[in-house]
Amino acid sequence: MDLRTDFCGIELEGPVLNGSGTFDVLAARRAFGPALDRDFPFSAFVSKTITVAPRAGNPPHRLWEAPSGMINSIGLPNPGLDGFVEGDLLELVKLPVPLIVSVMADSAEQFAILVESVAAVSGVAGIELNVSCPNVHSGLIVGEQPSETEALMKALRPLTSLPLIVKLTPNVAGPESVAKAAESGGADGVSLINTVKAAAIDPNQVRPWLGAGAGGLSGPAVRPIALAQVRAVAAAVDIPVVGMGGIVDGESALDFILAGAQVVAVGTESFRDPAAGNAVHRGLSAALEQRGFASLAEAQASTLT
Amino acid sequence: MPAERPLAPFGRRSCNVASFADDGGYRLFTLIDDEGPVPAPGQFYMLTEGPDWLATSGRPFLPRAISVARTSGDPGNLRLEFLIDVIGPGTARLNELKGGDRCMIAGPFGRPFSLPNAILPGSVGAVLVGGGIGIAPMAVLRRHLVSRGVPTRTLLGFRDREHSGAVDTLFGCEETRLAFEDGSSGHRGYVTDLLSVILEGDDPSGAVVYACGPPAMLEAVRKMCSHHSVPVELALESPMACGFGACFGCAVPRAEGGYLRLCVDGPVVRGDEISTAMAGEV
Repeated sequence: MDLRTDFCGIELEGPVLNGSGTFDVLAARRAFGPALDRDFPFSAFVSKTITVAPRAGNPPHRLWEAPSGMINSIGLPNPGLDGFVEGDLLELVKLPVPLIVSVMADSAEQFAILVESVAAVSGVAGIELNVSCPNVHSGLIVGEQPSETEALMKALRPLTSLPLIVKLTPNVAGPESVAKAAESGGADGVSLINTVKAAAIDPNQVRPWLGAGAGGLSGPAVRPIALAQVRAVAAAVDIPVVGMGGIVDGESALDFILAGAQVVAVGTESFRDPAAGNAVHRGLSAALEQRGFASLAEAQASTLT
Repeated sequence: MPAERPLAPFGRRSCNVASFADDGGYRLFTLIDDEGPVPAPGQFYMLTEGPDWLATSGRPFLPRAISVARTSGDPGNLRLEFLIDVIGPGTARLNELKGGDRCMIAGPFGRPFSLPNAILPGSVGAVLVGGGIGIAPMAVLRRHLVSRGVPTRTLLGFRDREHSGAVDTLFGCEETRLAFEDGSSGHRGYVTDLLSVILEGDDPSGAVVYACGPPAMLEAVRKMCSHHSVPVELALESPMACGFGACFGCAVPRAEGGYLRLCVDGPVVRGDEISTAMAGEV
């Protein structure tokens, strides 16, 4: 079945992306070698989140296994903008699929530096804005506030013609109002869900298990939450939606398409199976056929009632 | 110069379980890998009990990282053996497997042990220090070194006699020195006492130490070796979701600041690369 699709003007061979920060191509090459590029698991690659200054990430522990999922508090370790542009990015633009770079900052000014610097690199197809960080000026988490999100988008929109995708947090009462604010500020797309705020207690000590105190839940455990939010957001905006949250196979990917997502992303499942992206792509084709869809486009155009 | 690492086939694959047997307090788990390369000493695999790890409950959810204890045969019909301590839902589920069942694996992953000469040119031999379940990678390394004619001394420590059964299976009649915390046999105390005798009694210059075991043991070995200026490679363990650098969960503090990822930058690290072998411990 033809799974080719457009996403924010980017032509893709299929609708399966990776969630930001859930697959490190360069590290995976050290483990798997050239086989990874021969059988690349995603139709577009989303980088881990880059910040202006380097970040070491959170102290251990960073992981906790939850029922049908896991909690992480990684803390966005990255080499900083300069380290990224002079290092990993040189390799990532050579990938066999379009590259979307994820960036995060604590002010519109810092976001602007990231967007302009990344957009200037040939081979970058789009930019995802991770807005799950407090604004240093207001103290408010940008992605939790429609007004902050819209103001940020209005500041960044004039800086590039590349697609700008806002990654939405599920930790709000109504993600659709944030999505609408992103759209009216000029976003080309939205992606959701990010992880759901979560904590675990150390089984042997009276303290939180995670070094940072709390983290975010992902995996099949969050899929019903993600589906509800994707459905609400897709109904509220006209820009394309990247749906993610616990996708493990073709059927669960199709659920997100039918909820209104244009494309989907695989995250935690890649930890369990490095080739999960390939399996979801193949499985989606089979699932579409089984449900009587003649094409991916037909499923994308279907509206839930 | 870090040792070459064999490349893993991309993705995970189903393997036949050859046997699963009690072995002195632990379980020795054997499977046949018909696709992957021979792993290098110190490398590990991510194991999942079946094609659908989630079939009956929400946990275990993630695969479990387990070091190789012994390999035999050739690529295409490679026999991989793992020593397993049943401590949680993942190892409990693995423990339900029987000969003839299937098990999903990904790997081999990680940075292997280096030969003594690659760490210290002109080195005169190796001292291997294993504690508890950590004797598994030491057994692979020992065979590797002995087959290359490297003079090797092996020190192993256990909480009690009951947990040392795998020594006979994995080390055979090779000369090993044993320590038992309960004094049931061998030296009464810690394996680090035996290492201390070597580092303080002999002239330790020219030796390279390799160790795998509980975090407190590894930290003690790391400090002792640093004190005596003896190079040491440690095989560490950490909670880990993926095994191939994707999740950034297995962070270990680097000596120069920041963190390394144990799955791709380790699990074998030099003692002076890290600031502690007890990350996350109290």
